[in-house]
Amino acid sequence: MNKNLLEIKDLTKIYHTKNGEIKAIDNISFNLYEKEFLCIVGSSGCGKSTLLNILANLDEKSDGQIKKNKNLKIGYMLQEDALFPWLTILENATLGLEIKKIKTKENIEYVKELLTKYGLKDFINKYPSQLSGGMRQRVALIRTLAIKPDILLLDEPFSALDYVSRLMVSEDVKKIIKAEKKTVIMITHDLAEAISLADRIIVLSKRPSRIKTIYDIKIDGSSALERRKSNKFSYYYDLLWKELDKNV
Amino acid sequence: MSENQKKYIKKLKKKKKIIIFIQIFIVVAFILAWEYLANKNIINTFVFSKPSKILNTLINLAIENNLFNHISTTLIEILIAFSLGILLGFIIAIILYQFPIINEIVDPFLTMINSLPKVALGPLIIIIAGANTKSIIIMALLINLIISIITIYNGFISTDDKKIKLLKSFGANKYQILFKLVIPNSYKTIISSLKLNISMSLIGVIMGEFLVSKSGIGYLIIYGTQVFNLSLVMAGILILVIISFILYKLITFIEKKLIKKF
Repeated sequence: MNKNLLEIKDLTKIYHTKNGEIKAIDNISFNLYEKEFLCIVGSSGCGKSTLLNILANLDEKSDGQIKKNKNLKIGYMLQEDALFPWLTILENATLGLEIKKIKTKENIEYVKELLTKYGLKDFINKYPSQLSGGMRQRVALIRTLAIKPDILLLDEPFSALDYVSRLMVSEDVKKIIKAEKKTVIMITHDLAEAISLADRIIVLSKRPSRIKTIYDIKIDGSSALERRKSNKFSYYYDLLWKELDKNV
Repeated sequence: MSENQKKYIKKLKKKKKIIIFIQIFIVVAFILAWEYLANKNIINTFVFSKPSKILNTLINLAIENNLFNHISTTLIEILIAFSLGILLGFIIAIILYQFPIINEIVDPFLTMINSLPKVALGPLIIIIAGANTKSIIIMALLINLIISIITIYNGFISTDDKKIKLLKSFGANKYQILFKLVIPNSYKTIISSLKLNISMSLIGVIMGEFLVSKSGIGYLIIYGTQVFNLSLVMAGILILVIISFILYKLITFIEKKLIKKF
């Protein structure tokens, strides 16, 4: 096993509202290993996003511990690409660098390299409105990669896309993440997506979310599309489907 | 260009020509009918004046009574009120956005001032600021400022939460969010608030000139009413129509230039 990047212990989150307290996360503990692709699945509204927000320092935990290296850099990719329409693709991709005040020549070169490597070279000086949904999502990923994060947090990064783009983009993202050797936590409610991408899947219960089970996914084939064709795919699908809380 | 495309463009152009022609026709017919009815004594020239008399008045004004001084007085007042309105509106909207607690505190007061007919404050303003240009500017500011603040502030708060979250995930502070996202994102709203502001400034300045003034278009109109020189009143209104039309077109032109970028 690779080394531990994150150690989450007894994490709890309680929201306070006018009408009382809501427990969103209840005693969650898990570890994140270097270079693994970890998926967290659960029905909608189960507190997956809250968990990610806490890990990204956008929200505060109520209780528990998150052990991590002080210098650990975390990159966050949202559901929508959230590209700024008034900035060019290059300006969008270097936005994180600018905010962090590390927009150095080398870093800009690095972003340009990434854009070139992933088929966006001709669009560097174009505006987001001129790009397709899949391309925009790639720019969003590169914007996150630009700050050279140790851990990538992906919050349902494909849910705003149509079905075909969704398959294509998840394939792209998997490739990029593998090539850049990143550690990933991705949340999704799409089991097929999770199985096609993840090394490990955590199933959360409905709110307040607890960990129901953790599965190691062992499917041959590194690409997401290949994985979908494997016969182990449906085996895992059945397994996860039975675990998932269905609140229809 | 294909044959059909050419035909289509031709049709569009023809339609535009017809519209302009009818518009000119309406104006000319209106003036001629007015003149004719006045000459035949069907309408009372003492109340309604007539186009030729108004034109004479305008020429006399231009020659003897420095019409252009009046026009420039009003224009300068509008310009001052407009710039102050936009500048203060922008700054106050930023303060309200950056400090939500201040916004919550002043919100009922803003609503109150906004719904108050500002003319009612006219006499008070004169007593406080004196019977001079200052009062006119304050009057105009009262009318355009609140609207500017509310429009720009609404532009600010309509910023996409996801984009704010994105910047926060990069560790952005309040001011980075404001300057990198909120202000550029509200660019269009700010530009369109210019348009609103210019018409409000015009209303405010004329209202102010009605209350206190020694020159300006509003002064001409009020003076004309007081001495029952209705040709002068009509001439003043005509100038106002032209000024407001030109200002509106100018702002629309600037708006188009500025927004083209996206």
